[in-house]
Amino acid sequence: MQNISIEFPGVKALTNVDFQVESGTIHALIGANGAGKSTLMKILGGAYNHYSGTIKFDGIEVEMRSPADAKKLGVAVVYQEVDTALIPYLSVAENIMLDVLVNEMGKKQLVKWKDIRASAREYLQRVNLKLDVRTLAQDLSLADKQRVLVARALAGHSRFLILDEPTAPLSQTETEELFGLMRDLAQNQNVGIVFISHRLPEIFEVCETVTILRDGQVVTEQPVNALTQKQVIEYMLGRRFDETYPKAEAEIGKTLFEVKNLYEADGAVRDVSLYVRSGEIVGVTGLVGAGKTELCKTIFGALPIGSGELLLRGRPLKITSPNAAVRQGIALVPEERRKEGIFVEEPVYINLTASSLDDFCGTLDLVNSKAERETARKVIDDLKIRTPSENQKLAFLSGGNQQKVAVGKWLITDAEVYIFDEPTKGVDVGAKHEIFELIGQLACEGKGIIYASSEIPEIMGISDRTYVMYDQTIATELQTAKTSEEEILFFSAGGK
Amino acid sequence: MTVTTRSESKSQKRNGTAALLDFLSKWGTILTILILLAFFSITMPPFRSAANIVTILRSISIVTVIAIGITVSLTVDGFDLSVGSVATFADTLVISMFVWYDLGTPAAIIITLVVTLIVAVVNSFLIVKLRIFDLLATLATMFIFEGVALTYTGGGSISEGMPRLDGTPTFGDIESGFRLIGQSPYIIVIMLVIVAVVHVFLNYTKHGRYLYVVGGNQEAARLSGIPVNRYRTLAYFLSTFLAAIGGIMLGARIGSSQVNAGAGFLMPAVAAAFIGYSVAGIKKPNAIGTLIGAVLVGILENGLIMMSVPYYSLNIVKGVVLAVALAITYYRKAR
Repeated sequence: MQNISIEFPGVKALTNVDFQVESGTIHALIGANGAGKSTLMKILGGAYNHYSGTIKFDGIEVEMRSPADAKKLGVAVVYQEVDTALIPYLSVAENIMLDVLVNEMGKKQLVKWKDIRASAREYLQRVNLKLDVRTLAQDLSLADKQRVLVARALAGHSRFLILDEPTAPLSQTETEELFGLMRDLAQNQNVGIVFISHRLPEIFEVCETVTILRDGQVVTEQPVNALTQKQVIEYMLGRRFDETYPKAEAEIGKTLFEVKNLYEADGAVRDVSLYVRSGEIVGVTGLVGAGKTELCKTIFGALPIGSGELLLRGRPLKITSPNAAVRQGIALVPEERRKEGIFVEEPVYINLTASSLDDFCGTLDLVNSKAERETARKVIDDLKIRTPSENQKLAFLSGGNQQKVAVGKWLITDAEVYIFDEPTKGVDVGAKHEIFELIGQLACEGKGIIYASSEIPEIMGISDRTYVMYDQTIATELQTAKTSEEEILFFSAGGK
Repeated sequence: MTVTTRSESKSQKRNGTAALLDFLSKWGTILTILILLAFFSITMPPFRSAANIVTILRSISIVTVIAIGITVSLTVDGFDLSVGSVATFADTLVISMFVWYDLGTPAAIIITLVVTLIVAVVNSFLIVKLRIFDLLATLATMFIFEGVALTYTGGGSISEGMPRLDGTPTFGDIESGFRLIGQSPYIIVIMLVIVAVVHVFLNYTKHGRYLYVVGGNQEAARLSGIPVNRYRTLAYFLSTFLAAIGGIMLGARIGSSQVNAGAGFLMPAVAAAFIGYSVAGIKKPNAIGTLIGAVLVGILENGLIMMSVPYYSLNIVKGVVLAVALAITYYRKAR
């Protein structure tokens, strides 16, 4: 690939990227969040047709404008969400041979099950998976599903495989097995593999070459053994545009909120202990998939608590649902704003009072509309929410203003502990600044703040103390003033 | 206020036809009612004398009350298909209380309302606890309770003086006070009171607000600390309760219990509730819109009967009206 560029409305996602993979090798593609890894991978998979630049295959220039093009050339992508690519109620055989069934049937109408099963068995052998091909895809473990997808890629005569964070959901042994398979495919079957991962130790273990992306550009391409973990991190971070963080000088008081040995019922959070003092902003960081969102949701009762203790001012809390959490003084501004935080079809004021409507109710639970709107207008002023009036439907507000509404909702409830999960996601610089100011104000009022984000510069800028998560648990606790982005990234990537 | 600011900003970009479409989707229902009234009055002189507002309201009162029940289930983005069977069940129960057990009016009504709530218990268990898709769960309960009502009567109807199926003679009578419920003006008053109460409940109380919010975005409602399951359950209890009232009104009106008497109300009620979505551009299930929807369906039905369209062909027209109402709702949603 030479000179690949692609633009999306308002953003230049990739600029003049050169990328090459040889068959029979394993090539790592890494970069921080938003560096352009997924975009590059999607171009390779034929998902975008508006890129510029040239793609060559065996030295011949080719077009890669649709998934069908990619398939014809023998490039297959195994996406992170394996479930979206498999058809759950079809057998393993049918899933493996899906492309063949769809594309190579021609005029034939009848399926020769015997042949299908026989070839499926052959491909399963190549990915070293012992399974009855009649098992339904929905009954497989995640690791097996991945292998079935790899087998499907082989069945489609793929010569290049792109694996997008394949190890994220796997256990240690499953990861080792996958690496074994990758080596086997590369060395013995001459398949070229692009391996995308956030976990640096894995890259050093299995890859030969690494390409590092930052802000849509290639910063370097080198053999893996010519680099150290520390160098890789430096390349990933580079020199960043320094954002300013308004730091309100809040007085840090006594311990307000404590989490002791918290487990989520299905293991999405394991053995997490942390504390927040009043007026303190505590960062929770880690890579995507490390368990930050799950931790936030478990504390808030939105995911079931397996075991563990939550204490507010030393008193144990009983959190069985978000409803219980809200009543006991905990607020969560969730990550997926549109899906989880707001009601787009409702006006601003209804959104703002959704968690505190009890305070505006009189006899017969009738809502005091006047008081409600007054409060809404005050919050709109305080947070500088840009809207013609409190009656505007939320769908017509910009992303940043919607986020402010999602935050504003909790200001009215007057909670004691505020949990923010990626509050700046999809928010422009100006609105970001205002959200930071707001969080600072809350700290000054003596609230406890948990600020979860995978944006390390944000954590560095706003937090007093920070926890780094890796693999669903807390890897370390750092004093923000005494640490560095490099150190945080080191622990995020599983360094010890 | 919302409406004006938005239509201003939109009309700058849009051309005239789009503005007309916008106007029609908001006021089309009321326009259609007026056109139908004019059309029937001109083509059929008898319609003019029969079609005073009182007769129309009387004829739609039962449908409206049942449709209000559906409306409440729609607020939480649910759908209660079992309302027709609930009405049948309530009709059967209330008449049997009089004819079989010779109870008084208050006792008969209270027992009926309490017993029919079993349907709500089953519905909310299937939908909220077992997470069965609303439409399918209530499709099942629709059949279950249609069967329960039939089994209860032994597969027949009940009316005064008629012996039970096993030959036991009956002595109870239907009190005249109860029959009044089915007469004008009382039946109209009951309907209007229910529309008014539900309107206030949905728009001016905390609970109504929460019902809409849960329907708008269930996950966001949950993460806002709203007890989502409790409100979904409440919606199904209210829809059953209202359908049961509709069934009692039906019993009072016809003075007997007939096999599957409530089933015929399901479709016009669904149509009324969906027509109600678009009235005045509210775009949400709402009580007053549903009343207007029921008026439209009622006028159409009465007019067509008078035009001597045979009763067995009426379902074609009602079905088409439902399809149009759904088309308007979903076509606008899609954009």
